[in-house]
Amino acid sequence: MNSAVIIFPGINRERDMARALTLLSGRAPAFVWHAETMLPAGTDLVVIPGGFSYGDYLRCGAIAARAPIMAAVRAHADKGGLVLGVCNGFQILCEAQFLPGVLMRNAALKFICRDVYLRVERSDSPFTCGYNAGQVIRVPVAHGEGNYIADKETIEHLEREERILFRYAAPDGSLDPSWNFNGATNAIAGILNERGNVLGMMPHPEDHVEDALGSTDGRGLFAGLSNHFAKAA
Amino acid sequence: MKARIVVTLKTGILDPQGKAIEHALSSLGIAGIASVRQGKVFDLELEASDRKQAQAVLKSAADKLLANTVIENYEVELMR
Repeated sequence: MNSAVIIFPGINRERDMARALTLLSGRAPAFVWHAETMLPAGTDLVVIPGGFSYGDYLRCGAIAARAPIMAAVRAHADKGGLVLGVCNGFQILCEAQFLPGVLMRNAALKFICRDVYLRVERSDSPFTCGYNAGQVIRVPVAHGEGNYIADKETIEHLEREERILFRYAAPDGSLDPSWNFNGATNAIAGILNERGNVLGMMPHPEDHVEDALGSTDGRGLFAGLSNHFAKAA
Repeated sequence: MKARIVVTLKTGILDPQGKAIEHALSSLGIAGIASVRQGKVFDLELEASDRKQAQAVLKSAADKLLANTVIENYEVELMR
């Protein structure tokens, strides 16, 4: 799997992302600066990592979404190439209209930095084929604006087309408002685009890939992606 | 030519920042404020001298960047 990690000014999660990609796919990703206009030839997966691009000026992800490299990322997605956006990356993908909706300030107004439980809704996507449907994973979140909102029609579309890949859940997988810590509509933690090749998610699977850090629940995402491309080859 | 674009949250969109300000006002003892919604104001200086052209530029700026029309409305005010 050849991956490319996009870097915008203010992004700060690119090294952990690169580490997880290298560990689970056996190949180090290319780093691509936002002012570039092309992705490296043969890129399978584009990753937009977390951080605070442009200091969250205007709206989270708004400025990065209009950066020169995004045209190349769009062309990659239009060809069916995979794109993963985590945290600020999810916000950027929404602002760039790869994904519907928007990530608003957490309902409780606080920046939340802790482990959460996610229920994996489907295992038949390249992003979640390393998990079982219904499996609960523990991964960290660290965001102030992760409260997913979209109009009623969009939410109905997402539900009907099973484009919600991850939901905030209780450790037993049940959906309980008290575990939906940021107030996201329908406890949405991660969604796919219509074609199923672009995933945006607020939690950080790249943080939980090493035993030393207490959990390896994030491995499934990267291992699944890597297998997906190994099979395709 | 000068212009102002005011961006506000659409009705029904939760505005936690507005709520926090509302609470702060009430804890300051400023009574009689039923609710607060927070928005943004952009003051722009335009090179265009033609008003119609200026309106088009401003609309494009608001649609493409200044407002996220999923959750926000905007108003363009062109000054003399």
